[in-house]
Amino acid sequence: MYDVAIVGCGIIGAAAAYELSRYRLRTVVLEKRNDVCDATTKANSAIIHAGYDPEPGTLMAKLNVRGAELAQELCARLDVPYRRVGSLVLAFREEERPTLEALYRRGVRNGVKALSLLDASEAHAMEPGIAPDVAGALYAPGAAIVNPWEYGIALAETAVKNGTELRRSSEVLSIGRIDGGWRILTNRGSVDAGFVINAAGVSSDKVHNMVAAPDFTIRPIRGEYYLLDKSEGTRVSHVIFQCPTENGKGVLVSPTVHGNLIAGPNAQAVEDGGDVSNTAQGMEFVRRAALRSVPSISFRDNIRNFAGLRAACERDDFVIRAAAPGFLDLAGIKSPGLTAAPAVAEYALELLRGEGLKTEKKADWDGTRKKIRFRDLSAEEKNRLIRKNPAYGRVICRCETITEGEILDALHSPIPPRSIDGVKRRAGSGMGRCQGGFCGPRVLAILAREYHMAPEEIPQDNDGSWILSGETKRGGSADA
Amino acid sequence: MLDLIVIGGGPAGLAAACSAWEGGAKNIVIVERDRELGGILNQCIHNGFGLHYFQEELTGPEYAGRFIRMLKSTGVEVRLDTMVLDVTEEKEVHIVSAAEGYRVLRAKAVILAMGCRERARGAISIPGSRPAGIFTAGAAQRYVNIEGRMVGSRILILGSGDIGLIMARRMTLEGAKVLACVELMPYSGGLNRNIVQCLQDFGIPLYLSHTIVDIKGNARVEQVTIARVDARRKPIPGTEKIFNCDTVLLSVGLIPENELSKKAGIRLDRRTNGPVVCENMETSVPGIFACGNVVHVHDLVDFVTAESQRAGAAAAEYIARGERPGCDVLELTNGDGVAYTVPQRIRRSGVKKSAEVFFRVSRVCGRSTLCVRCGDGDIAEFKRDHLAPGEMEHIVLPKALLEKCGSGNLTISVKEVSHD
Amino acid sequence: MTELICIVCPRGCHLKVDEENGFSVTGNSCPRGAEYGRAELTNPTRVVTSTVRVEGALHPRCPVKTNVPIPKKLVFEAVRALNGVCLEAPIAAGQIVVKNVCGTGADFIATRNLERR
Repeated sequence: MYDVAIVGCGIIGAAAAYELSRYRLRTVVLEKRNDVCDATTKANSAIIHAGYDPEPGTLMAKLNVRGAELAQELCARLDVPYRRVGSLVLAFREEERPTLEALYRRGVRNGVKALSLLDASEAHAMEPGIAPDVAGALYAPGAAIVNPWEYGIALAETAVKNGTELRRSSEVLSIGRIDGGWRILTNRGSVDAGFVINAAGVSSDKVHNMVAAPDFTIRPIRGEYYLLDKSEGTRVSHVIFQCPTENGKGVLVSPTVHGNLIAGPNAQAVEDGGDVSNTAQGMEFVRRAALRSVPSISFRDNIRNFAGLRAACERDDFVIRAAAPGFLDLAGIKSPGLTAAPAVAEYALELLRGEGLKTEKKADWDGTRKKIRFRDLSAEEKNRLIRKNPAYGRVICRCETITEGEILDALHSPIPPRSIDGVKRRAGSGMGRCQGGFCGPRVLAILAREYHMAPEEIPQDNDGSWILSGETKRGGSADA
Repeated sequence: MLDLIVIGGGPAGLAAACSAWEGGAKNIVIVERDRELGGILNQCIHNGFGLHYFQEELTGPEYAGRFIRMLKSTGVEVRLDTMVLDVTEEKEVHIVSAAEGYRVLRAKAVILAMGCRERARGAISIPGSRPAGIFTAGAAQRYVNIEGRMVGSRILILGSGDIGLIMARRMTLEGAKVLACVELMPYSGGLNRNIVQCLQDFGIPLYLSHTIVDIKGNARVEQVTIARVDARRKPIPGTEKIFNCDTVLLSVGLIPENELSKKAGIRLDRRTNGPVVCENMETSVPGIFACGNVVHVHDLVDFVTAESQRAGAAAAEYIARGERPGCDVLELTNGDGVAYTVPQRIRRSGVKKSAEVFFRVSRVCGRSTLCVRCGDGDIAEFKRDHLAPGEMEHIVLPKALLEKCGSGNLTISVKEVSHD
Repeated sequence: MTELICIVCPRGCHLKVDEENGFSVTGNSCPRGAEYGRAELTNPTRVVTSTVRVEGALHPRCPVKTNVPIPKKLVFEAVRALNGVCLEAPIAAGQIVVKNVCGTGADFIATRNLERR
């Protein structure tokens, strides 16, 4: 019997696992995909929001501001790329200035520090790339950019390193009450746990409904993005928002921690919980909106489009509470979910204690993580590393200068990747302008070699995403 | 201090290094990131290479093999499995390899011969889901020809560039079903010979003026929808066709690989995506030369060879005699119907007998006249029966002609006399 | 009368071949074009390129081609003749891989060197 079972290992489940791993508890995390942080956590704006956006008094407001504080310190401790670049909300017309003022007042009430309102000339001086007709801006120096999936993976890895058990490709089918806790039935056997945390993202309503009467429905809202070449990465040096509307925070333009430029998202309600397709209309909308903020973006230097789902529900706040005794919902986590995650985890622990969870600190907990990034090392450090292990001298991903050594590090990490994209999310190979065209076959060969698997068994990403269908020139018979 | 560092051991680097050696340069190093020389030719196992240069039809590996043999007869040093991380204006080349670690090489001259890369899905923002099974044609070619692995069994090809066409035949011969080749433009970007021998021979339909409007499939490609496009290349509703397939190959263009050129502070041409070069393939940084697909995308390797030999000879001359004065420069500009020219600059003092100018037209033309204009007057005309963007053109401007015209710009334009 | 695009060079002449008049060719710009047009309708041939398995080399496949063109209708059969063939490195370009492919008299030959490793 586990003390706690966490359903779902996106950023919320990972943050909860990390938080729980500090204590002498037996914790298991169940993830239906073959990798952690492989859905909403990997497909979003990659922003740590300052916190002026949520309505004061909501959980979102409270956890956003607290989460942003924690993120900075966590990213440093976990060696996750994080840059506090600050954000600007643009007003294009005088009529939008009251919106900025309202955001400013909201931010102050939420406890956001150092907000300021800029006039047109101050805004242009701070960010020359924005449109000439910008009439003013709200400046939030506390906003940051982060690598969201690395953040989530680092939290999950550190939890695993500290004794948390992770079961991947394990989909929860039903949950039933047993003596002293819950029995969770998955496609790979059942798990008993005293307490359950529902962190199932877009499926969190379904998981809730396994134990309690339905009282919220996830209505996923899809956002589409462009990711542009590093040649476009310096168009702006802050996160550039437009004034929010009832459809959300609107389209942003921002540098990424990898040095690219990101533009998006739109907001489209989708029926099917898993539909992360890009659409011609959605991409065109984002393109136009981004050019409205930053007219000089060269979209011919786009390297990838993607789309992600916001796990929003009909309520205007996160749904964080005990749905049944010892069963916690961490649901309806839309933006600013990435920012709020560590604060959500803190709060969840507090609620679990209220439900009766006994927590006792581990003496030997190690909440840190370190990663080798060959590209960023000095010549001397590079040589020292290569002498120690020549695999660091073999560059596999030419666009991002990722070495075989870093890929092997990923393969030997606490949560070894099972796919080419899993390696990408850990080592960064295939992130660049050729999008894995060059390194894909090479990474596949390394995976097959290290795992003693046939090349045909290596997926691109989730289970079933096969790459190779078989060998040419299958011997023997003359029939193809 | 080396005489010359050649970055890239594909057809361009091989020819350049050989010619530099013949030209008298001695301490030459080729830096190649792969485990063998030959570059992309190693995976181009089809024939059709070498008709111009060797007057016979070779396969890619055979063409590369001849130059590798030639190189072995020189004293050029080759460093395999070595990646160049940085090139500076001072001609320092930062390299890294498992065998030697991180090192900085210095040379009197550098030749950039990094080739090109394929445009991927993001470059054209194809709508739909993002399952496995969407490959650039070159990546698929590597799996099939080098690794001996198939990438799927029911294939749709987007783009009718040569690699896409070649892969249509290749996949068919390996037992896959190629359902269609889909081309956005009203004409193919590939050679006629490939349309005939790779598509028509196997009854594979070519849909011109069509594009992919949707891809379906969660884990792996399941279905692709194509539609006809209008004159503005926008899909026309109601013209959709659906294909059930597991694989999409993209052959949607090549881009010169110039990250290192940028690091060296070399001026690039937005039209070619390659360095601006002079008549001898020298870039804006004296002593750094460029040749092959890193300068502009060629359709025949024979022309890569010729261009690279020019670069190699010029580098040898530079090493022997030092910087060439940059005065008396003619700037080449594209007039109507011309997409780009290479070189972009001609230093008259550097022209020996004649200057060759390579260019691509921006639309398909029938019988045409190519006009070379200097200042107010046409200085030369060239007749062509047929012009297409997929086929690189070239003209030869004799030194005497260049001497005659004044200073300033040379403009090359196309006048169509009669349409096909 | 059959129309076809000449593939002898990148120019791509639009040939017309008159089957009823001794396969006479018009639309060509050079003698090679006329020859191609005639051959394409009387006895079309192709050089076939493919790969075979190889062991002990840097790569698991070695590229091959027919040393002379073979009848177009035998292309698939010729490729099938490569199934089951496995070479042992080292390989020298030009080395015969399959002799007398499908009785055509053509041989499949290796098109590259592959060292033993």
